[in-house]
Amino acid sequence: MTAQPVLSARNIAKAYGNIHALKGVNFDIHPGQVTTLFGENGAGKSTLMKILSGVVKPTSGEIVLDGAAVTFANSTDARNRGISIIHQELSLARNMNVRDNIFMGREIIGRSGVDFAEEERQTRLLMAELEEDIDPLTPVEELRLGQQQIVEIARALSVNSRILIMDEPTSALSATEVEVLFKVIRDLTARGVSIVYISHHLEEALQITHHAVVLRDGAMTAYAKRSEIDLEWIVRNMVGENFDLGSPPEGYAMGETALSIENLSVPDAAGVGFSVVDRLSLSVKAGEIICIYGLMGAGRTELLECVAGRLAPSGGRVMLQGRDVAGLTIAQRIARGLVLVPEDRQRDGLVQTMSVGQNLSLASIGAFTKGLFTSRKAETAVVAEAIRKVTVKTDASGAAPIGSLSGGNQQKVVIGKMLATNPKVIVLDEPSRGIDIGAKAEVFRLLAEGAKQGLAVIYSTSEVGECLSIAHRIIVMHRGRISAEFDHTVAKEKIMAASGEAVAH
Amino acid sequence: MSSTPKPNTKQGFDPIALLLEGRAFFALIAIIVVFSLLSPNYLSVANFLVMASHVAIYGILAIGMLLVILNGGIDLSVGSTLGLSGCIAGFLMHGVLIESAGVILYPPVWAVVILTCTMGALVGFVNGALVALFKVPAFVASLGVMYVARGIALLMTNGLTFNNLSGKAELGNQGFNWLGFNRLGGVPIGVLVLATLAILAGLTLSRTAFGRWLYASGGNERAAELSGVPVKRVQITVYVLSGICAAIAGLVLSSQLTSAGPTAGNSYELTAIAAVVIGGAALTGGRGTIRGTMLGAFVIGFLSDGLVIIGVSSYWQTVFTGAVIVLAVLLNSIQYKPKANA
Repeated sequence: MTAQPVLSARNIAKAYGNIHALKGVNFDIHPGQVTTLFGENGAGKSTLMKILSGVVKPTSGEIVLDGAAVTFANSTDARNRGISIIHQELSLARNMNVRDNIFMGREIIGRSGVDFAEEERQTRLLMAELEEDIDPLTPVEELRLGQQQIVEIARALSVNSRILIMDEPTSALSATEVEVLFKVIRDLTARGVSIVYISHHLEEALQITHHAVVLRDGAMTAYAKRSEIDLEWIVRNMVGENFDLGSPPEGYAMGETALSIENLSVPDAAGVGFSVVDRLSLSVKAGEIICIYGLMGAGRTELLECVAGRLAPSGGRVMLQGRDVAGLTIAQRIARGLVLVPEDRQRDGLVQTMSVGQNLSLASIGAFTKGLFTSRKAETAVVAEAIRKVTVKTDASGAAPIGSLSGGNQQKVVIGKMLATNPKVIVLDEPSRGIDIGAKAEVFRLLAEGAKQGLAVIYSTSEVGECLSIAHRIIVMHRGRISAEFDHTVAKEKIMAASGEAVAH
Repeated sequence: MSSTPKPNTKQGFDPIALLLEGRAFFALIAIIVVFSLLSPNYLSVANFLVMASHVAIYGILAIGMLLVILNGGIDLSVGSTLGLSGCIAGFLMHGVLIESAGVILYPPVWAVVILTCTMGALVGFVNGALVALFKVPAFVASLGVMYVARGIALLMTNGLTFNNLSGKAELGNQGFNWLGFNRLGGVPIGVLVLATLAILAGLTLSRTAFGRWLYASGGNERAAELSGVPVKRVQITVYVLSGICAAIAGLVLSSQLTSAGPTAGNSYELTAIAAVVIGGAALTGGRGTIRGTMLGAFVIGFLSDGLVIIGVSSYWQTVFTGAVIVLAVLLNSIQYKPKANA
């Protein structure tokens, strides 16, 4: 016997311009059950989530709530109908206390202003329901992350949410906090609240879910009950048949060691004494391509940023062509041929106020400054060459504003900017993040071509399909250390197992 | 968050966009036309040159301010630095008593100019170091320096004014008046100084690596740093340049007045910021041009002088200036409003 679904997605599709973020997704959310969305980055999970919570409207298809088709005007409208979302980045005012956060924007007004006593009483009730011992008057910033999440849940419950969407709720939690969260989720479902759960931790999600929806490149590839599926089934449907992202370039001799990382440690940003990169050693030859795979928090970004000079190491050293780069600034490292393409291109890669051409020439502008002034001719040549080489879809002068390009082309600009400095070693942090599959293939082709000409390439990824493309070697990172090393013939499941994503038997 | 797709037709003639783009220019034209109609004395070469020499002071400050604002900072200390540099110049012109040697040293005018500019650079360096190395917010750092510089000027002079800066022939330090009173080809020297500085700054911004670094670090400091831009050096340099500009403005002003008072340049920093903003620069950094800033300075100068000429009370001038500034910022936020991502 199946109860009527509380919410159903019927042929939901969403397109941004020519990019189809979602293509015809169908599934039901049943009362008192957990439905998990599985999928790699860019598969469309977050778009689907935004549609369900009223943040964006679908291009086509409909949402059926309690048997009737609905359209949400905005997220407040969705919340009023009982659908709340808890984002990965919590939306609490850290400076205010638990009570004020829970009633933020809908304060209980009594005869003489806000009725704090009543708010506090209701907050205590909510906490008692959740069996959490959090005082309503504690400032949120004094709570642990797991407790902050509970506060978010309490806030959602306080508006009588029947459907709670949770985006990567466990990504920053400790194992005990995850246990607490799961207990809360089980209590909630027992009370009839439906949960839509999104997580990269497949094993963890399988413990809690009743239904699985798998997305790949915007399309729903599978939808099944928990009892019918296992881990391998999810991985198979998530990754699918591989789009050809190329193969490791061959037919040339690799050169000498271009970069070697020796026992490198990077302290945690908060400086609490534990290392996000822990005595890690790795070397790459000229012409070699290495892929670093790992989950969020494995220490990939910190490792790469330390190599590039953004973060200071707490131990070990980085040798570029046999010379220690310790103490060199980022600019000096670039001049010696060591460049980084950062993970977040909007935040760290591009200057949004400048044109395509100015962005492309930014890192190499010193090279064509003759005497006092920059040579316009030299700059135009560098820009035109870079646009041609990395195949940016824009006019050759590069005068268009950078914001007018698509994500994939923007990423190519960031890569082109660094390639224009004629580097020996290029380090790329998630170069494929947020770009479509065609642009991915082009980025990888670009890197493979560079390698053939003697460039040493290190790139990181959190999508296992991208490990098995152009990389000669695959390094798996887990908690700041290398947990496994493979050649390019390895199976995907082995890579995932080594990352701690799915525990192999 | 309705995302209407942005049309790709950039070539099309859009009168509103053109008006918005060249608003400072059109504002200046409008001001000239309106005041020419209201007063027969407004539209004459002689009057324009007089007004331009008033604009020179704000304009020179605004050049330095533009560099700082392009970097995403703000320099509130330029008015005080202007006052202080006038006092330093006055102090030097009146002779430095060296007790041990028992002589009074009268430095020649060129040395006075160099020493004053050095002092301006030093004040700017303090600002830059506070902002770049010690991470003090620019607003607070330059606010503090503003008070300190003003205080030093008052201490130096005991609140009095250095009069008669013309120097004496027998002391060999004549010529200070040249900056403020002389003309080359009929154009006041102050205006020529402004033009020279504007051209130099314009070339620096458009044609040198430093200029590109400045725009880049103002637009996105993290990206600039990862692209090898020495962001800290750029940051300190812009404050130093702003300090030098303030010192030059101080020299021109005290030469024009043939006196240097410790309270000179009070609140001029706000006029300079206004000129930069009217010129279309974004206070968030990364956007702005010398051309716009110069137009902005002339808009403010020609407006307030025009109001004086037609006999409007100075209280109303303040109201008008304020309204123009708010309007300019309003238009800036329309022009730079975030565009929906394609």
